[in-house]
Amino acid sequence: MTLQVSNSDPIAKSSPQQQRDNYLEALLSTVQQQGTPALPLSELRTRAVAIAREHGFPSPRQEDWSFTDLTPMLLVPFAAADAGAIAPPDLSLPELPEAAARLVFVNGHYSEALSHVGTRPTGVVVGNLGALYTGELKVKIDQRLGLSGNRHEMFAALNTAGFQDAALVWVPRHQTVDAPIHLVFVAIAGDRPVLSQPRCLVVAEPGSALTLVEEFYGIGESAHFSNSVSEIWVDEGAQVTHTRVQQEGSGTFHIGKTAITQGRDSTYHGTAISLGAHIARHHWEMDQTGPQTETQLNGLSAIAGRQTADTHSLIALHHPHGTANQLHKCLVDDSAHSIFNGKIWVPRAAQLTNASQLNRNLLLSNKGRIDTKPELDIVADNVKCAHGATVSQLDASEIFYLQSRGISADQAQRLLIYGFVMEILAKIPSTSLRDRLMPAVID
Amino acid sequence: MIYENSEVILSVRDLRASVDGTEILKGVNLTVKAGEIHAIMGLNGSGKSTLSKVLAGHPDYDMTAGEITFKGQDIAELEPHDRATAGIFLAFQYPLEIPGVSNRDFLRVAYNAHRKARGEEELDVFDFDDLIEEKLDVVKMDAAFLDRSVNEGFSGGEKKRNEILQMALLEPTLAILDETDSGLDIDALKTVANGVNQLTRPDNAVVMITHYQRLLNYIVPDYVHVMAEGRIILTGGRELAEQLEAEGYEAILEQHKTEVAVS
Repeated sequence: MTLQVSNSDPIAKSSPQQQRDNYLEALLSTVQQQGTPALPLSELRTRAVAIAREHGFPSPRQEDWSFTDLTPMLLVPFAAADAGAIAPPDLSLPELPEAAARLVFVNGHYSEALSHVGTRPTGVVVGNLGALYTGELKVKIDQRLGLSGNRHEMFAALNTAGFQDAALVWVPRHQTVDAPIHLVFVAIAGDRPVLSQPRCLVVAEPGSALTLVEEFYGIGESAHFSNSVSEIWVDEGAQVTHTRVQQEGSGTFHIGKTAITQGRDSTYHGTAISLGAHIARHHWEMDQTGPQTETQLNGLSAIAGRQTADTHSLIALHHPHGTANQLHKCLVDDSAHSIFNGKIWVPRAAQLTNASQLNRNLLLSNKGRIDTKPELDIVADNVKCAHGATVSQLDASEIFYLQSRGISADQAQRLLIYGFVMEILAKIPSTSLRDRLMPAVID
Repeated sequence: MIYENSEVILSVRDLRASVDGTEILKGVNLTVKAGEIHAIMGLNGSGKSTLSKVLAGHPDYDMTAGEITFKGQDIAELEPHDRATAGIFLAFQYPLEIPGVSNRDFLRVAYNAHRKARGEEELDVFDFDDLIEEKLDVVKMDAAFLDRSVNEGFSGGEKKRNEILQMALLEPTLAILDETDSGLDIDALKTVANGVNQLTRPDNAVVMITHYQRLLNYIVPDYVHVMAEGRIILTGGRELAEQLEAEGYEAILEQHKTEVAVS
């Protein structure tokens, strides 16, 4: 990757804390220039700026950021992405042939030309916020946008302070959308480092069902900052199946948040695949607002070179009879570094919770690094909860077993890696997406 | 079955092998001809499982002396997968679980590796499915097993049947069954033994490694060898196994020591 560094930059001379503060101010002023004219969200944005300042740009001394050092970011002055930054004509987008609709955003700007919204069941809304934020829908959006989850941090606030447009998917009561809705956020890393802020708001009203595929796709290897927020509301009795794929360029800092709010008797099945970016961090948070929810989080980070992939997840249960299962896998090659910090919070009110969390790591090199911290925080006294983490290398006895069947050592290793990642990829409901991702994961 | 003048499939001469510097095999001699079924019996630690692993080429075992020829070819330097495609099959005492890889995919990859080694074209998914469905009958396995991860969550008996299914598919010249009978109830043992019996032919051979005589009631050996302290110390017919069962290893070993001392 290329970083543009200027030696005469005044921030280089100040204290680290001062540097971070200055850097955040620069980011805020950049995003405010971008966002303010685009959407009339002044109250929400003002609040977000305050939150961003209150939390500050993370320091490696903060426990939450102790393994993922963002100091290299401070050297890159990210500018706003031009609205006119049109995707190159030969742009090949990730395809999902079975999708009912596709929304494409290029560096945070909606591209009508690349999107298609197809025909949809009555009342189902799929489009960009910029065009849809009016009238009755505006009132409904105001009750949801920026309000999922209650755990604030700087990056999500930065997004709220200045995102230019957002994908909007709204499925009304008892409506089912069978084919997946495909959201593609393209990050184009060009000659100068720019900041893009993908955003989406997905609402599945009571009793509805939806399959969502979100792809963060990068073009170019130079420095880029992709700061995304996805809010997903799974109302009472609704079902959302969500796949999130991050394949951004090798010079990209990707910081993403997925905030899920689950009403009673709702089901959320999420699969997050992290393959790209230089440093990728995903905050994945579920907030339970009613009893008997079902939550499944499946994750796979497959990284090599000098990549970092960090997943911080939180499943916050506040009501009884919740079920939460999480399986997160990391495949680490070369000098790459994976981090997993998953927390399941079971307060006294969340009796009869059934939760499990497992992080499995496969280390393919001597120089890779894996940090893992599965956390169960349980106050309730009548629950069934389990968690664990494993770190291993390819098992020599498994390789010998395969070799004894005529499979070469090299092919045996690939088969074992295939098996390791397949356990997660198999959870992706779309076969075409699974088939597309497999070669990218294995190589 | 013993055939006059049949081809020598396996010839082991003065084989010595060690693991982590400790010598386990201390001069093993064994000749197996086409059509024959051999049983190698012995106490735990006698070296019988080590012999099976050394024959299959396990990397943890160092062959320090002697020779192994398979169908006339010296295989001491061959990689495990080359020994496999040459026709050696080891049914594991503890078959490994490979999560995430379906049994069907595993079997197809293994089968195609054999075809490739023979210079034949690989079978596609559909032709392979027809072939494997046929083979399931040998071990009375349900087709549902094909779509589960290799051995994952299989019972002991299912794992052993899966080993014999692989044997049925790969059609080895020499099958080495390492304690295939251990941990099986009588019904599973019959199924497994019946599978093996269907696969024996005049042009292949079976070496069974076992602790117990029980298996030999279902797969009848032509030769029984007794291993102790890293060597084959006694060779006889089926009656030797019965004698072992009746008198116990200790008595036979004691008797052997005396004979050696006297001679």
